[in-house]
Amino acid sequence: MAQITLDNIAHSFNPYPGSNADYALKNIDYQWDDGGAYALLGPSGCGKTTLLNIISGLLTPSNGRVLYDSNDMTLLTPELRNIAQVFQFPVIYDTMTVAENLAFPLVNRGVDRSEINKRVDDMLQTLELSDKANRRAQGLTADEKQKISLGRGLVRYDVSAILFDEPLTVIDPHMKWQLRTKLKSLHEQFGHTMIYVTHDQTEALTFADKVVVMYEGNVLQVGTPEELFDQPEHTFVGYFIGSPGMNIFPASINGQTLTLGSNNVKLSKGYSNLNGKTEVGIRPEFISLASKEKAGTRGMKFKLDTVEDVGRLKIVRGKIEDVTVNVIVDEDDSIPTEPYAVFDPERICVYQDSFLIRGDA
Amino acid sequence: MNKPFNNKAWFFVLPVFVLVAISAIIPLMTVVNYSVQDTFGNNVFYWAGTEWFKEVLHSSRFHDALGRNLLFSAIILAIEIPLGICIALTLPKKGFWVPVCLILMALPLLIPWNVVGTIWQVFGRADIGLLGNTLMRLGMDYNYATNVFDAWATIVVMDVWHWTSLVVLLCYAGLVSIPEAYYQAARIDGASKWKVFKYIQLPKIKRVLLIAVLLRFMDSFMIYTEPFVLTGGGPGNSTTFLSIDLVKTAIGQFDLGPAAAMSLIYFLIVLLLSWVFYTVMENYGAEKQDPRVEQD
Repeated sequence: MAQITLDNIAHSFNPYPGSNADYALKNIDYQWDDGGAYALLGPSGCGKTTLLNIISGLLTPSNGRVLYDSNDMTLLTPELRNIAQVFQFPVIYDTMTVAENLAFPLVNRGVDRSEINKRVDDMLQTLELSDKANRRAQGLTADEKQKISLGRGLVRYDVSAILFDEPLTVIDPHMKWQLRTKLKSLHEQFGHTMIYVTHDQTEALTFADKVVVMYEGNVLQVGTPEELFDQPEHTFVGYFIGSPGMNIFPASINGQTLTLGSNNVKLSKGYSNLNGKTEVGIRPEFISLASKEKAGTRGMKFKLDTVEDVGRLKIVRGKIEDVTVNVIVDEDDSIPTEPYAVFDPERICVYQDSFLIRGDA
Repeated sequence: MNKPFNNKAWFFVLPVFVLVAISAIIPLMTVVNYSVQDTFGNNVFYWAGTEWFKEVLHSSRFHDALGRNLLFSAIILAIEIPLGICIALTLPKKGFWVPVCLILMALPLLIPWNVVGTIWQVFGRADIGLLGNTLMRLGMDYNYATNVFDAWATIVVMDVWHWTSLVVLLCYAGLVSIPEAYYQAARIDGASKWKVFKYIQLPKIKRVLLIAVLLRFMDSFMIYTEPFVLTGGGPGNSTTFLSIDLVKTAIGQFDLGPAAAMSLIYFLIVLLLSWVFYTVMENYGAEKQDPRVEQD
């Protein structure tokens, strides 16, 4: 167990990187607290797996240092770092039984036979695989195999951290939920630092206390699921988190007034000294549709395109002036024939050159 | 297991059956025909029954040649399989050198058998051959035409040079298909290089290795051209393998009956040993599965 610090990490797969574009990871500086449950969220190809492999030691970063507590681990192998990692596709040793698979990392480390047996039995019980202990691992289902991969990490009680690289990709949906719950309970039971890579926001938001959102080799925001939802620090975070994502559109702001085409909206905060590209973001959850009378002066004429029923909610797509906007309304709410959109002023985020600007209060 | 019986299936098998009949079954029947009869030419045949089979099975000439074949195949497999695996493990997996290595490896495979024999025959000559001459200058009395050990060593080296590449290429194909995650997981688990080989690489290349063993066994067991070109089966009868003996009997002595009986026995031995290799290798490591079947 350890606190893991990434000190100015950058990595390029090109041995002689030239421009900034050659870097898969660009200057990452972050501290992972001991015992935390983190999710590393981002689209495919944003550098999540690279970052994970640098933490575990499968990759040596081009620049920067990796510290476990205060020890520099940058050049050490995964074995010396004593870390566990579970991969996207289950890795099992075909010729061994389930029990032998779980014992393997302990055998390699020269742990006493009696201790190994005890821990393997424990782990078999935790993973609910006791009845299959002496079966060959080869013939098991994908989720059982992934449980074994997981167990090989957990069987070493003293690991510094457990890293998961999209571990539920190949698992059936109903088993996904079950394994995720298992992971959560294992986290509570053992208190290991867990870092969970995924491109699925539901997985990230349900698993983690803190979510790290990555995009094109940069960390854009670190925060609790609520923070990511309420105050996305970057337009990408707003767009990526939520289903559908935040509505983001260019607008002009003058002091406390937002101007969108011929409409003016009064903001809860004032914004001065805005320069560069100004954009406004509001989540579909915080827009309501009302008739002209009810909306009053705050209403903006909404040209309705489609209504999509997704169970308890309806996603309404339409346009305000020339801007496409998504609105989420309750299943039971009726949509007026001539709808007007009303923004919740508290929930409007203002972005300058894609980054969040906090108002003057 | 209930397999549906479908008459139409026979029609789909028919073309293959016809081809195999023309290419294999009908010629084989001719051999069977010869093996149970005696002839002095002019298409006059006398019934001989199992006489030729008894004669071949009891002749010491056959036993000696069979012994040589078994020894030769054993040596070839013992050298080429481990060597092939080792070379495959050391080949680069990506980068500029991959095609270079693969082409270099494939080159010997493109050379016809008799050319290989001729190359080594000249190469090993003490008067004009580079190898023979060098060895002579070093004070070694190397002569494949008179020394039994030298003749065997030459044929073995020749075969290893010619065919190890096949094992290498097959194993290499198996090795590159192992996903990177296996190696990464093994590093996380703290496995040594030997354990990576034993628990990841070897199990994953088992299937291609089986093909390599079968191909090298069958090929080496049917060796003909190389010893024929090198010494014609000598010195003495020391490199007279079954195939060489068979040709001597059939064409040299024109004993078609015994030769036919011998080819059938030869064929059955290859078939039997290949089946043994296949069964043993397929079931290796599967024994542990038995108790599980009872458990379920």
